[in-house]
Amino acid sequence: MKLTLNWLKEYIDTEATLDEITAKLTDIGLEVEEVSNPAAALKDFIIAEIKEVNDHPNADKLHILKVDTGTEVLQIVCGAPNVHVGLKGVLARPGVIVPISGETLKVGKIRGVESFGMMCSARELKLGEDHNGILDLETDAPLGTSFAKVLGEDPLIDINVTPNRPDCFGVLGVARDLSAAGIGTFKDTAATPVKGSFLSPIKVNLSPSGCAIFTGRYIRGVKNCASPQWLQDRLNAVGLRPISALVDVTNYLNIGRCRPLHVFDATKIKGDIEVRYAKEGEKLITLDEKEHTLTADMTVIADAEEVLSLAGIMGGEKSGVSDDTTDVFLESAWFEPMNIAATGRALNIESDSRTRFERGVDAASAVPDNEIATRLILELCGGEASEIVIAGKEPHWQREITFRPQRVNELCGVDVSKAEAEKILTALGFTVNGDKVTPSSWRPDIEGEADLVEEVMRIYGYDKLPALSMISGEMPKVLLTPRQKKEISARRALAERGGFQAITWSFMSSEKAKLFGSKGVMLGNPIASDLDEMRPSLLPNLIDAAKRNADRGYPNTALFEVGPQFTGAKPGEQEAMASIVRMGKNHSRHWLDAEREADVFDVKEDAIAALAAIDAPISGLQVFRTAPSYYHPGRSGALCLGKNVLAYFGELHPNVLKAMDVKERVVAAEVFLDKVPAKELKNKNQKTVLMSAFQPLSRDFAFIMDTGIDAEKVLKTAKNVDKNLIADVQVFDLYEGERLGEGKKSLAIEVTIQPQEKTLTDAEIEDISARIVNAVKAATGAELRS
Amino acid sequence: MSDLTTIREEVLPSLTKAATLAELEELRVAVLGKKGRLTELMKSLGAMSPEERKSFGQELNVLKEEITAAFTERKSFLEAEAINERLKNETIDVTLPPRPFVQGRIHPVSQVTEELLAIFSQMGFKLAEGPDIEDDWHNFEALNFPKSHPARQMQATFFMKDGGGDILRTHTSPVQVRTMESQDLPIRIVAPGRTYRCDYDMTHTPMFHQIEGLVIDKSTNMGHLKGCLIDVFKAFFEVDDVPVRFRPSFFPFTEPSAEMDIGCSRENGEFKIAKGKGWMEVLGCGMVHPNVLKASGINPDEYQGFAFGFGIDRMAMLKYGIPDLRTFFEGDIRRLKHYGFIPLDIPAMNIGLSLNGGIKR
Repeated sequence: MKLTLNWLKEYIDTEATLDEITAKLTDIGLEVEEVSNPAAALKDFIIAEIKEVNDHPNADKLHILKVDTGTEVLQIVCGAPNVHVGLKGVLARPGVIVPISGETLKVGKIRGVESFGMMCSARELKLGEDHNGILDLETDAPLGTSFAKVLGEDPLIDINVTPNRPDCFGVLGVARDLSAAGIGTFKDTAATPVKGSFLSPIKVNLSPSGCAIFTGRYIRGVKNCASPQWLQDRLNAVGLRPISALVDVTNYLNIGRCRPLHVFDATKIKGDIEVRYAKEGEKLITLDEKEHTLTADMTVIADAEEVLSLAGIMGGEKSGVSDDTTDVFLESAWFEPMNIAATGRALNIESDSRTRFERGVDAASAVPDNEIATRLILELCGGEASEIVIAGKEPHWQREITFRPQRVNELCGVDVSKAEAEKILTALGFTVNGDKVTPSSWRPDIEGEADLVEEVMRIYGYDKLPALSMISGEMPKVLLTPRQKKEISARRALAERGGFQAITWSFMSSEKAKLFGSKGVMLGNPIASDLDEMRPSLLPNLIDAAKRNADRGYPNTALFEVGPQFTGAKPGEQEAMASIVRMGKNHSRHWLDAEREADVFDVKEDAIAALAAIDAPISGLQVFRTAPSYYHPGRSGALCLGKNVLAYFGELHPNVLKAMDVKERVVAAEVFLDKVPAKELKNKNQKTVLMSAFQPLSRDFAFIMDTGIDAEKVLKTAKNVDKNLIADVQVFDLYEGERLGEGKKSLAIEVTIQPQEKTLTDAEIEDISARIVNAVKAATGAELRS
Repeated sequence: MSDLTTIREEVLPSLTKAATLAELEELRVAVLGKKGRLTELMKSLGAMSPEERKSFGQELNVLKEEITAAFTERKSFLEAEAINERLKNETIDVTLPPRPFVQGRIHPVSQVTEELLAIFSQMGFKLAEGPDIEDDWHNFEALNFPKSHPARQMQATFFMKDGGGDILRTHTSPVQVRTMESQDLPIRIVAPGRTYRCDYDMTHTPMFHQIEGLVIDKSTNMGHLKGCLIDVFKAFFEVDDVPVRFRPSFFPFTEPSAEMDIGCSRENGEFKIAKGKGWMEVLGCGMVHPNVLKASGINPDEYQGFAFGFGIDRMAMLKYGIPDLRTFFEGDIRRLKHYGFIPLDIPAMNIGLSLNGGIKR
């Protein structure tokens, strides 16, 4: 909401400075976003008069002017159509900065004729939108006077009005709030009825339509001229283009009093006014020349034949006023805010009128504002007014709210006396009667006692709020939710393994999602066409990021993310994941450690490390050679607890990488944080440490077997031979090669035996060894390598 | 007698001449070993008369000690020499770089979230959470955003396709409702998480992070809200004082509502907490609206409390001088390495909130 200091002073008498006023506005919740002073930028522009107008020899539409600055006469080339001898306008001389472009003006040569300056339009000076001609000032100021002086200092204040304050979409409302907060005296001249000299030939029929009250006035014999300078200045200052007196009056009341009005050309209304819901499929071309198809829940103003305007939002093109208009029908009404909002949204029309009606225009102002508007039209355009036509009645806005002054203290911790609270509420226009408060008709947002507490507090001053530290009560037992705890631990574990944590969008392209088991969780209004589906996996965004890094010259990356992936479109249909993607080498070239491609066993350990960090019982994990189809079928697996898959790991499928335009191999792991059972916290005591008095010993076995045999099977079989004595089994060598023959591999394991009660004899050790060999043989068909 | 003299004169010089430990050991065995010359003489003592045995025995012992001492001395010398020789041959270039070590990084947004959790947990706040996809009730309706109300336009909302009104949550505030619906009173929670708005420009990303706070009991008032937030920002920015300004504002789910600004300066792009240099809006807050309490089945005549919500990404940018919000979500390894945090850097109030984990490598 833009307003100027002078406009504000139409409604308050105050000696307060601009700084005091803007500071107070922010203090009472009318946050000032910007204060600007357009005149300040125009101090080097001067008043000059056109003395001569000659045609340009080389251009039809250009003129060569002789312009008098009071001290000299300059030659100016100008393209404006409205140039004439005697016109007083604004001259920009070389060296000044032109506001619209921000560029410094230079002496120019236009079609071969030198120009020593520029006569300016309103738009070029950022005083309005008008660019149809140069400014034509009616001023007595001597030539050469600074334009800033002529324009007058009228700082522009831009306020961020919150949606609960429709009244502050009018300068009047802002002024009232300021005076309640101690800045100036509020003055609003009460509207006095205009005595009509005839009965309006147009009647108003109001059917149930989302319109509570509709007031009209027929004014005949008007002359639609240009508005007087003061009105043009008002509108220009807030960025509205003056159009004609009739239109400007409606804009003046819209901004000034938050009173949207409409003026119809009365001669274009056939029969009476019908305020009704649109008929399904009815059409209307609005003032902005766009055609809209209406639905049966939209309020319209119609005549006997067709829709004239979209109520409270925008007028129709056909029935609008023009320079030739002589008879008008003025509308001042009240429409249902929700209805206006829904219609505006459905038709996608933004207008100053909609902004106000959908937030709630003063419920009691339709009639008095009709009077004020009528008076102004008569004053500016002449003519003769009819009696006012009123259909319906103002919406019921009167309501009593119980207000206990101590609630201010209870809710805010500030002691405000009853008298002080009443004074504030009264100044805001509320009626206080004992402990009952009736909010004013222009404050639809005040619903309950808490709202009144806020009113008192914001005017009394938020700066008086005390700062009280929170009283720490009993310490809660667990602060983090299990999921948050897992997320933190998994994150640290993966970073510990050299992973870089990325945070990527929760959405992605549906095209790529198809490669990763799309669940079809689509957005209705994506921000971009390639961000249209909620991700079914964290991997594609991470792969894209890894690829971007590689393209920039950083080919070796381990990128991980901890966050949600989506299994459905309903709340809660999401899984907490810790997923990692490794691409390129495990590290850069090094004199000690040979570099190598990051491989499946890097990400397998990533998965195990993340699972261990979140208390998954990793010793009980089983590895299955199954993974989703976006993994390489022969180089991927699942880490499971029984049937419960806790993680997938492996190399990505070459087809998937090809579709994502990645040439390198990529390995990845996905850990399902939610699927890890919560650890019981009951018993903090560890089991007693077992320390055998006897030294452990180890034995190596190399087995030859079919390549398809799972190493895990060999390890588990060996381990199970004697759970008591066999402490550990590790693979220390794997060999596949010609010497073994096609389809065979050699797997060498080291078995650690931990004697528990006595030193083992050679015979006993031999016995265990033989049992290991036999068990592995029986389970896998392996032969001991000789 | 002459035997001993011979041995002394022969053995002692040869010991000092022994060039290697092996040679020395050979000599020792020849003299002191099981069949060594002295050992043989020892054995002969048994056949001697007591007097003879005594005097010869003494002489023998003297010589044995003499030889043992000489042997030990030579052994130490040769050992030292051997080590010196080894050291000479084993020299390596210790200026070479050590084995590769890739130090990972925690994203600044996660780090700052953990910092905030560390602070709030000190003040007795528990954590809560809610889903990213929300229904209209939790995101709007129960928070006193009526349908068609212009306040809904304050938040550009992502809608699920054919989602029956389900959306991506526009703020973390629905967690307030979920918490009030499911937890016993009194309530004191914070809820961090991803939030979404259909906005993408210099200062907005379609996904960002917020943290929500909610306190419901019988006596907490707006003064506590102010005090709590001042305490939080003092702890977060690790400064003794944070100038704050509370301004009246509007949120459908709080009444009275406020926006909080913190006093700060920005010189040469550097953000500093400062008094009298200007204000920066950091959060919205207020006393929970009676309609919100009612919607969650809490009696507003009996219970009251405050709520607040603010952007975590922004806090990370301010505290750690990270210039551009949009780069947070690109996974650019150069930025992650530079602005990220090392795994040992775990925020905790007892060891100083930030930068505890040592030096980045």
